Amino acid sequence: MTEPPAKVARREQAAATDEPAADVSVIIQFQSLSGDDTGPQLDIPHNVTPEQLETLLNGLLNNEEKLPYSFYIEDKELLGELGAHLRAAGLSVERALRVVYQPQAVFRIRPVARCTSSMPGHSEAVLSVNFSPCGTMLASGSGDTTVRFWDLNTQTPKHECKAHKNWVLVVAWSPDAKWVASGDMNGQIHLWDPQGGKLAGTCSGHGKWITSLAWEPAHKALPSARFVSGSKDNLVKVWDAATRRCVLSMSNHSQLITAVKWGGEGLIYSASRDCTISAWDDRDGKLVRVFKGHGHWVNTLALSSEYALRTGAFDHTGKAPADVEAAKAKAAERYAQATSGKPERLVSGSDDFTLCLYEPSVAKTPLARMTGHVQLINQVVFSPDGRLIASASFDKAVKLWDGAKGTFLASLRGHVGPVYQVAWSSDSRMLVSGSKDSTLKVWDARTRKLKVDLPGHADEVFTVDWSPDGGSVASGGKDRVLKLWRH
Amino acid sequence: MPQNEHIELHQKRYGKRLDHEERKRKKQAREVHKRSAYAQKAIGLKGKMFAKKRHQEKAMMKKTIAMHEERDNKHKAQDGAPQNAVPAYLLEREQVDRAKVLSNTIKQKRKEKAGKWEVPLPQVRPIAEDEMFKVLKSGKRMKKSWKRMITKVTFVGQGFTRKPPKYERFIRPTGLRMTKAHVTHPELKATFCLDIIGVKKNPNGQMYSQMGVVTKGTILEVNVSELGLVTPGGKVVWGKYAQVTNNPENDGCINAVLLV
Repeated sequence: MTEPPAKVARREQAAATDEPAADVSVIIQFQSLSGDDTGPQLDIPHNVTPEQLETLLNGLLNNEEKLPYSFYIEDKELLGELGAHLRAAGLSVERALRVVYQPQAVFRIRPVARCTSSMPGHSEAVLSVNFSPCGTMLASGSGDTTVRFWDLNTQTPKHECKAHKNWVLVVAWSPDAKWVASGDMNGQIHLWDPQGGKLAGTCSGHGKWITSLAWEPAHKALPSARFVSGSKDNLVKVWDAATRRCVLSMSNHSQLITAVKWGGEGLIYSASRDCTISAWDDRDGKLVRVFKGHGHWVNTLALSSEYALRTGAFDHTGKAPADVEAAKAKAAERYAQATSGKPERLVSGSDDFTLCLYEPSVAKTPLARMTGHVQLINQVVFSPDGRLIASASFDKAVKLWDGAKGTFLASLRGHVGPVYQVAWSSDSRMLVSGSKDSTLKVWDARTRKLKVDLPGHADEVFTVDWSPDGGSVASGGKDRVLKLWRH
Repeated sequence: MPQNEHIELHQKRYGKRLDHEERKRKKQAREVHKRSAYAQKAIGLKGKMFAKKRHQEKAMMKKTIAMHEERDNKHKAQDGAPQNAVPAYLLEREQVDRAKVLSNTIKQKRKEKAGKWEVPLPQVRPIAEDEMFKVLKSGKRMKKSWKRMITKVTFVGQGFTRKPPKYERFIRPTGLRMTKAHVTHPELKATFCLDIIGVKKNPNGQMYSQMGVVTKGTILEVNVSELGLVTPGGKVVWGKYAQVTNNPENDGCINAVLLV
């Protein structure tokens, strides 16, 4: 004699049948980032993994080499099995599911994990550390008025360059790695030859200290000839590196210039403490646009194509064609690849705790205004593939934002002091942040978790840079040593 | 007191007296004598007040003179760049407090060989029990004498609840309780007013440590979180030890040096 099951049991039974059986399938449609459909609609089992989707997509696209992809459903990244993801996100499978795929970097950077060398030498705080575009050389500027070049292979000092009379605030490599420009507290800019460590020339013209330097992109001019400087005396000046003359001098700002960037579309961007950002034509210095989105000082700027502009013709292994024309073509190709035909985006961080995302060559209204930080934003950086934005703030957090739409993605908390600087690895999978609390932290951009904690500095970390070839991270700070971190 | 600019107005309209300058000079010349006469005559509170005022004036004068002398000195020309370089993004930003932003390197520096218990005051005067305690009489006929009142400064923690007063053996007077200490950092040469976390050790005995008695030489634990110290591992240091250097019961405040 069988009794009908109790009500609770019946409900449980019903719930059990909600679990999809092993042979349940989902209809999906692959879509590229621009929204074009790729291939036909596919009927696939629900327990498919991203790796299997990757193989499938490589087959559909007829890729000769297998490329890594990441998949997004309704802006959420697919990390595990498809069925589990759909259940967690509460998505319907009644209609064809759009799966957006994004190519990932073909190479993989290993996370830095240890300090391979602490290189003493500077007798004052290290204020600026920069890897060369090829990733084989390293330059640092310090409060002891010297610029130093370091040998990365032996991890020893290579050249000590003395010419400045005051703190060296910024150091900038030209995209062909033939020049290094350094700006100091007195407003002098010196040009150095990184191979021999010799002074190549001096550009004087600014009355107050230099806050920022940027070189002309390699796909516009190779060998590099011009660079732009921003200063406390409210001027933006374009200099010719060969003649050391000031070519253009632009001013509409009423306060200190905090950042200058030389875009790939023939525009120079300058951010100032008078709350505005200006875009200038790089040929004649005409004012093109003024962006008035912020309510307080604008501290920092970043371009979506910045990594391509910085590395120029050098690829991720640090190789570039020897021929100038070929190198220029390569740089143009890399730039086109980085922007993929879309106008470049500009993001600015400000003292009013917000970031603004612009398409500066299209419109002067911001695409998005990103709020969430509770202290001023000190630095923003686009990931090398332009899809993510990382912002370092004095509220001790690093925040990740979507690079195209400006939506908030994640907050990376862990520092106990203001975060001064962030740097991306060249495969866009990791970022490193340096903070006042004397530590560096490596974050995973995918899982949005802390990957490695790198203590070691005895004092505030002022500057951090990840080499374009991905092998090492360099950091410098108030404790006067330059540290190299490797896997 | 004139309620308006009568004098100036009058002088503007009619000019000064012909002997104005002369009278002024004489008045000034007599002033010192007058003052000295007053100083000799004034006694009691008035004399004290006058002496104090004059003392302050003299100190100010000395300072001004020293300042002027310094200005006349020929300093060696400053060569080289100024110290404490900061990156461009921190220039012209309000630093919270100059004394506190001093280098973490110095803050954290500790002597390599220093023993663990090497303290600024190695020896303290032992305090007898009858100095530390005052005997209180209790009971209906006031003939019981087992209650003691502590005559020194005490630290009583935040969450402390008293026993029923009738059964309380040791009374820690509220007037002598303190929760803050002026802690000097020996290397920074800066003093901070910090919260006391607890009394680590009173050299006079375990019992006094437990009761939180603060006398000269006592080791306190203080909250240094506002100094912004960070361990090499990146964790914030918030408790550090400090030794009391004064007699708090006499001074009304606790002065201490940080043990680094």
